[in-house]
Amino acid sequence: MADKLAMVVFSGTTDRLFPVGILASGAVAMGMDVEIFLTFWGLQAFSKQAQGAPPRFSVDYADMAGMFAQVLKQKNVPSPIETLAKAKELGNVRVYACTMTMDLLGQTKEDFIGLVDATAGVGEFMEKARDAKMTLFI
Amino acid sequence: MMEEVQVAKAVDARGSFCPGPLMALLGAVRQQSVGDVIALYSSDTGSRTEIPLWVQKAKHELIAVRHHEGYDEFLVRKMR
Repeated sequence: MADKLAMVVFSGTTDRLFPVGILASGAVAMGMDVEIFLTFWGLQAFSKQAQGAPPRFSVDYADMAGMFAQVLKQKNVPSPIETLAKAKELGNVRVYACTMTMDLLGQTKEDFIGLVDATAGVGEFMEKARDAKMTLFI
Repeated sequence: MMEEVQVAKAVDARGSFCPGPLMALLGAVRQQSVGDVIALYSSDTGSRTEIPLWVQKAKHELIAVRHHEGYDEFLVRKMR
């Protein structure tokens, strides 16, 4: 069985989503499976409604946000979701939407992009992440 | 003699940042047949160490690395 990387993605700003796509890619390249649990703000970034919006940065990095957004555009850097989609195309990446967040906000699976495979409760995700070699909270 | 190597697929990932070139190579290797040689062009400086490591890990063969002005060229033979 392949080694596994598990990620809980809580944050929804572009700066935090970048490592999600990049780390998933690296894991896939190195032959690892990836399990991703999207919750709260992280999940909202995967809503159909949020697609195409300009990059959003955490206020912690407000001083550099404008410059960074410009560099990303200028250098044609794929968005975190595009990077994650590519990783999923090439490897075993499973993406779950947190049912608690969805229930709170009255959302259904149809509110999210196709990259989201299924919905899951926290216990269900824990079971999938139990044997992961690496687990990250982003 | 390197001149004998016939490239089945060239992947130009110049201008793309990590993990772009690695994923482009991975995708190309998947699509080619065993024995084929894939050429990767990358301007990502991380590729210099990452690509040889990936080739070794994925059990393919790194035939050559050539340094050019502003980019590197990796010749990889698909082994499995």
